[in-house]
Amino acid sequence: MSDIEAIRDKYLEQIDAAADGDALEAIRLAALGKKGEISLLLKTLGQMTPEERQEQGPKINGARQAVADALTSRKETMETAALDAKLATEKLDLTLPAPVAPKGSIHPVSQVMDELAEIFADLGFSVATGPEIEDDWHNFTALNIPDTHPARAMHDTFYFPQTDDSGMPKLLRTHTSPVQIRTMMDVARQTQGAGEPIYIIVPGRTYRSDSDATHTPMFHQVEGLVIDKGIHMGHLKWTLETFVRAFFERDDIELRLRPSYFPFTEPSAEVDVGFSVEQGRRIIGGDPRGDNGGWMEILGSGMVHPNVIRNCGLDPDVWQGFAFGCGIDRLAMLKYGMDDLRAFFDGDLRWADHYGFGALDVPTLSGGVGA
Amino acid sequence: MKFSLSWLKAHLDTDASATEIAEKLTSIGLEIEGMENPADALRPFRVAKVIEAGPHPNADKLQLLKVDDGAAEPWQVVCGAPNAKAGMIGVFGPPGTYIPGSDFTLKPAKIRDVESFGMMCSYRELELGDDHDGIIELPESAAAKVGTSYADYAELDDPVFDVSITPNRQDCMGVRGIARDLAAAGMGKLRPLDVADIARSGSGPDVRTENPEGCPAFYACTVKGVSNGASPDWMQARLKSAGQKPINTLVDITNYVMLDHGRPLHVYDANKLAGGLVARKAKPGETVVALNDNEYTLDETMTVIADDNGAHDIGGIMGGANTGSDEATTEVLIECAYFTPENIAKTGQKLMLTSDARQRFERGVDPAFLDDGLELATALVLELCGGTASEITRAGTPPTEQRTISYDPAQCLALGGLDVAPDRQKAILEALGFEVLCPREGGDPSPDCATTDEREVDSRLRGKTDSATVPCWTITVPTWRRDIAGWQDIVEEIVRIEGLDNIPSTPLARKPGVAKPTASPEQLAERKARRAAAARGLNEVVNWSFISEKEAAPFGGGTWSLANPISEDLKVMRPSMLPGLIAAAKRNSARGAASIRLFEVGRRYLESTEHPTIGLVLTGEKIARNWQGGAASKYDAYDAKAEVLAILEAAGAPADKLMDFGFDDSGLGNAYHPGQSGTLRLGPKKILAAYGALHPSVTRALGLKSAAVGAEIFLDAIPLKKKAGHMRDAFAPPALQAVNRDFAFIVDADLPAGELVRAVKGADKKLITDARIFDLFEGPSVGEGKKSLAIEVTLQPTEATLTEEDLKALSDKVVANAAKLGAELRG
Repeated sequence: MSDIEAIRDKYLEQIDAAADGDALEAIRLAALGKKGEISLLLKTLGQMTPEERQEQGPKINGARQAVADALTSRKETMETAALDAKLATEKLDLTLPAPVAPKGSIHPVSQVMDELAEIFADLGFSVATGPEIEDDWHNFTALNIPDTHPARAMHDTFYFPQTDDSGMPKLLRTHTSPVQIRTMMDVARQTQGAGEPIYIIVPGRTYRSDSDATHTPMFHQVEGLVIDKGIHMGHLKWTLETFVRAFFERDDIELRLRPSYFPFTEPSAEVDVGFSVEQGRRIIGGDPRGDNGGWMEILGSGMVHPNVIRNCGLDPDVWQGFAFGCGIDRLAMLKYGMDDLRAFFDGDLRWADHYGFGALDVPTLSGGVGA
Repeated sequence: MKFSLSWLKAHLDTDASATEIAEKLTSIGLEIEGMENPADALRPFRVAKVIEAGPHPNADKLQLLKVDDGAAEPWQVVCGAPNAKAGMIGVFGPPGTYIPGSDFTLKPAKIRDVESFGMMCSYRELELGDDHDGIIELPESAAAKVGTSYADYAELDDPVFDVSITPNRQDCMGVRGIARDLAAAGMGKLRPLDVADIARSGSGPDVRTENPEGCPAFYACTVKGVSNGASPDWMQARLKSAGQKPINTLVDITNYVMLDHGRPLHVYDANKLAGGLVARKAKPGETVVALNDNEYTLDETMTVIADDNGAHDIGGIMGGANTGSDEATTEVLIECAYFTPENIAKTGQKLMLTSDARQRFERGVDPAFLDDGLELATALVLELCGGTASEITRAGTPPTEQRTISYDPAQCLALGGLDVAPDRQKAILEALGFEVLCPREGGDPSPDCATTDEREVDSRLRGKTDSATVPCWTITVPTWRRDIAGWQDIVEEIVRIEGLDNIPSTPLARKPGVAKPTASPEQLAERKARRAAAARGLNEVVNWSFISEKEAAPFGGGTWSLANPISEDLKVMRPSMLPGLIAAAKRNSARGAASIRLFEVGRRYLESTEHPTIGLVLTGEKIARNWQGGAASKYDAYDAKAEVLAILEAAGAPADKLMDFGFDDSGLGNAYHPGQSGTLRLGPKKILAAYGALHPSVTRALGLKSAAVGAEIFLDAIPLKKKAGHMRDAFAPPALQAVNRDFAFIVDADLPAGELVRAVKGADKKLITDARIFDLFEGPSVGEGKKSLAIEVTLQPTEATLTEEDLKALSDKVVANAAKLGAELRG
């Protein structure tokens, strides 16, 4: 072994044995510093003969490189070890709870309204709205319910002391149907009585002076109205079937139309939907004729009465169509399995947490309208 | 409307079962609400004979019976009834039978150590009457029926239908009308109306109508020499099936004819009347004591039936308390009048008085049935009470003119969506009592038909038939169908009898072209705002639109106060979203909720209009106590402001243009903490939101104990962005690096920070893209009445990198602008 190799090995041994960065620096200075042992050896190269230099040059440079590499490598090792040691002291107990962001919710009534808007958008219906404080004409008279009509008594109307232009007391709308009137009148006005097709749904708050386990003085209704040429009860039936099946997301839902009476439609029909019992709960759909199955009424409907169309300034011999109305709270209860209507209006956070919907549960056709 | 199957069969010749009839009733629009058979509960009870009756060995008041109910072996029965004796025929419930009147199920038992099987029953135990003095004792003739079901023996097997009659179908407020509908629907044959010829003698009573508008027709006759008592069993059974309590024969007859034919009548005790009877307008303030013993004060829009002593009846609604018939009645006057429906409706509404008669008259009874109704009632009086009938006095004329409707059979398909052959349509209409005149069958074409507007026909037929050959029918509406006014009603009659189930579903035509958004910009804004609030951890609630006066008071009181509220708590249409939210927060707080974050999307009801609004209330713990931060933290006005800004931005409000204001000119009442609340506006007048800490006296008054912050976002004040297609403005990220510079100013303590920020930004509106306060310090080192505000200003060069000179010039300008507010650069 030559001297140079011995020197190299000496330093390599020292590097291996160095305890910390300071020791390494001392070794670096001793070996590779300006006056370091290997640096001095390098300086001797200039005084050598070319033959000597050819022999010694690579050796000395090799030793320098080996020591430098070892220093770097040893330094990295030390740094890694130091970081590991530091991190080891920074251990967190991650079973401790992370900060919690508050969880918001959407009320089922809003969710169902969004679902309805989505389903009916697919059928080409827009959403219309109107005032809740109404006048007698829009809520009753225009809808073919004159003030002596027995159907008025069924409406349990809330009245205000204030009167409208004709001296009749203002009232809280008892149904969303006044918006039918407002929409048709707008169309009649905009088209100078010529009319144009109307396809709307009207969700909103409605009021009746009624309060028990299954009735609240305020509730939500959705109204549908189609006015066009050549519309008949077959279209009404199809629309309701399509709506109910899309809403409950089942193909096996049967509808049963029963003749009934509403002053603003002729013919009129109440609509029952078939239910069955699955896992002990009533489910819309399935076989209504099976064990525990049956029919439940969910909406009222009919062909818009010619007097109503005429009252709005349109020609009932040209335009005909259908209308239907349905309780939104009840739709929500039937779809999502709530059994207490009064809880809808109590604002109980526990209820909201259980029955509410997430902000991102936006009903879409592609995702299924039910969140 | 309730009636029994046997009653129905008195009008309808049918073999159909009760179930078939019930299903048919519902399918033709006479909805079955219930069906009960009184026999169902009594089926296990059998006619039985007591073969032996002997003393009970251990009890004086009990007997030991051997009872034969047709079973192989007689039953041993311990019986406590005093009338039990050998040889009697009674009603026996074997072991296992449920006793409806006592609500228990019979089990073999030992009574005083003697075994007893089953029971001999009393009427009360079977819920057939009140008699519980002893067990039922059937006549000797029942001996032959031992072993048969008692329900069959007593002919109790008679299902009772409960039908919901819609307001348009007065004709079905009598059993016969229902029978007619069923016959038309193929459930049998309507029996002919049996009106007996009555031998009459003597002139009719003195009755007249002086109010032809309210009472166009007043028919009456008298019957002398009647004796009044309990009505016969068959009539009582029918009345009971209808839920009507039997009173005495004369009263029962009027109720019976009303329920049988939908024809209300009144029977006066003629001896209680003074002089003739007149239908006249009530005098203003005139009072009548009605049958329900209430006194009613009338006005001249109402019709009364009066004699020389004064008014007795509220015509068409309720008879008087003092002129009715009772057991002592020997002479009666039977009234059969026609009252104008609209007048009856108004009178009933005004008096808030409803009755079976009102319900029928206001819906319009058959004006052509006065004679028949009177004859039917008189015949029953003669049959059941005896006596001699007078001639009929007919005062006035009922409005019997019949409506005619021009009808095209193709209209059934065009409106009803159901293709029904013309012959079938005609048959249905005729079965319902319509007269149909069809030109094709030799009748003259109706004059209307010739002039029918061609366009109208085309629109109805949709090119289905050659309009030139369309047969046009003239249909005469029966007098009892006041509800039928136009061809649409005719279509309804046909489709309801034919069955709505048979209408084929027909898809709506899909609109051509791409789907257009169907929601309005306002609706989209509301939806986004709602979901933004939920995404920020707020829980949506739905509160009543009406609140109490007390709750409304701090919010300006509210303009719309119900005249007939359901309670004082639900009286005033809310002028603000906050009271309902505070009340909901209170309820949640009482249930132990620690952190309450509620919002509602709804309307405020102001004098002129209704304003869509989002309200929110935050109370309780903002952040619960935790291992990192220690104690729980509370909400403050900045939290409310943060929610408001986020929701406003989601709803499309221009967040960068919002300005901080106080409550000046807001008209929003004083529900907030005066020093910790504000409004956000677009310009000085346009208020988009109000927020802040809620006034402690308001929350306390509404029962919320913890401090709360709240806000209202006025959705209808947010300017909607006009969407001009999908293209956005062109954009490329700036090529040059943005530069930040910090400034610290010492300002007066009451200088709003927002003003300083605005001044700083104003130094170079192009270059300065943001100025953000990052530190606020008050303390002795900045001086009494002063504070230090530190601002980070972001500069975005667009053309060239900023030089030191540029930055210096800008800094000087910033400092100069701030100095105008009295701000000094902190050294």
